[in-house]
Amino acid sequence: MEQLIKILEEIKPGVDYKTETDLIGNKILDSLKIVQLVGELNDEFDIEITPIDIVPENFKNAETIYAMIKRLEDE
Amino acid sequence: MKNIIEMLENSARKYPDKQVFSDADRSVTYSELLNRVYSIGSCITDLEIKKAPVAVICERSVQNLEIMFGVLAGGCFYTVIDSEMPADRIKTIFDTLKPSAVIASDSCLKKAAEVGGNIKVIEYGKAASHRTEMTKLLRMRSEMIDTDPAYVLFTSGSTGVPKGAVVSHRSVIAYTKWYADTFDITENTVFGSQTPFYFSMSVSDVYSTIYTGAELTVIPKTLFSFPMKLIEFMNEKRVNTIYWVPSALGIIANWKVLDYGNLKYINKVLFAGEVMPVKQLNYWRKKLPDAMFANLFGPTETTDICTYYIVDREFSDGESLPIGRHCDNCDVFILKDDGTLAQNGEEGELYARGSFLASGYFNNPEKTASAFVQNPLNNSYPETVYKTGDLVRYNENGELIYISRKDFQIKHMGYRIELGEIDAAAVAISEVSSVAAVYDKENDSIVLIYEGGQKDTEAVFNALSLKLPKYMMPQKVIRIKSMPHNANGKTDRKWLLENYKNI
Repeated sequence: MEQLIKILEEIKPGVDYKTETDLIGNKILDSLKIVQLVGELNDEFDIEITPIDIVPENFKNAETIYAMIKRLEDE
Repeated sequence: MKNIIEMLENSARKYPDKQVFSDADRSVTYSELLNRVYSIGSCITDLEIKKAPVAVICERSVQNLEIMFGVLAGGCFYTVIDSEMPADRIKTIFDTLKPSAVIASDSCLKKAAEVGGNIKVIEYGKAASHRTEMTKLLRMRSEMIDTDPAYVLFTSGSTGVPKGAVVSHRSVIAYTKWYADTFDITENTVFGSQTPFYFSMSVSDVYSTIYTGAELTVIPKTLFSFPMKLIEFMNEKRVNTIYWVPSALGIIANWKVLDYGNLKYINKVLFAGEVMPVKQLNYWRKKLPDAMFANLFGPTETTDICTYYIVDREFSDGESLPIGRHCDNCDVFILKDDGTLAQNGEEGELYARGSFLASGYFNNPEKTASAFVQNPLNNSYPETVYKTGDLVRYNENGELIYISRKDFQIKHMGYRIELGEIDAAAVAISEVSSVAAVYDKENDSIVLIYEGGQKDTEAVFNALSLKLPKYMMPQKVIRIKSMPHNANGKTDRKWLLENYKNI
């Protein structure tokens, strides 16, 4: 989780990712940030996030992103 | 035809009940659109203004389109303002534009009032429900000629002051005819619009829609974050033609989205605004082998485009795509630094001439005089040509190849940006003494390097975000203890660009 928070902070600084609940609805992550984030997550966690996974529900907040990473790591 | 509103009236007569515009929330037919446009136009004639600038502050939506055409029907010209743009920058634009009125959507009213000062702000709902006064509208139109402005479109300028290209009804009509004829835009076309209405590319799909009786659906920006939803939306709307910036096409290609879902109706993929990487184009071509692909090229000052290339052969991943040949009714030529025509593949600056040309820059005679010049090849009569500032050459097939911008101006995410404008905004931040914005082309990223007492780069980033539109924001902000200078005493941007990663 710490690693994920660090990546998020690098992509878009100035947000408290531990408490923020809606990264999409509150327009914190726009399309370019998501492109960047997906690339970073693929690299850092050695996973393959496919378009099927790139849905708002998975990118809502740090927790949902983390859950997606865990799921893809197990696959 | 001399007025854009005639295009709309013609199509509304032919296809009154056909859908013209839609977004995620609503849609309008041609006759509904025309009625609303007449209402908004009548509301403007009530203000007793004529051929005056009217600013539009609105989200990217059907409403925004209705207001644009409404302003034209009212005998004025519009400037669409990015509703997410910081107030400071809107004020800079207003200082040049001096709008006579602002029309704003409900949710942008607050912003409009904040930046508008004493300018009259009209709410969309009020304008759209105004009683139509046809006599007044027709009288207004009879006093107009086709070289009267239709809109002023602002691009970033090197001194920190945005430049507003003035584009006339005539240019839009001439340009639209070329676009529709060349790409076979018809009443069966359904555009999936990606570009904002304050960006010249939107002129192409919006006006060719109106001209041919086609349909245009505004794709919500958030869908570009979620590719499967984007595909679903485009299939649901039966989108068959797209005219996007390569970055947007690149999202689909990089994520291999078309491996997971089909675009069922797409038969034309057109792009412009920045260099299209062949690698990504090849992905699209593999997935849509029967579609037409075309690379369009041009500045805001030629309405949108002056040269184009319909992809007619295979390209390998590292190759660059030609920008092709001049459009019909818009000629181009290449001049070398010595003022003579480039020959046999020689490099030089691209010049454009013809009806697509903008009239000049609004309230800016200096910039106008330096870019809109007498044709250096014609000594016999006055003929204005536009210096694009782009370096190009012809290849062995007689196709134009784009090389780069002549000056520091860059293209990033499809937007034209002068790095100097980022510098100007950054150096104004407290505890920042000197700055240099550089563009790392390889990574398509803008890097801002600064010197000053402010140790917190995030604070600089945040201060900057209040001054610059999103697309101009640097991807990296780096503090340097002391700014390097070259032999001439100028900031050594070349060194910074090569070494910023190690600062």
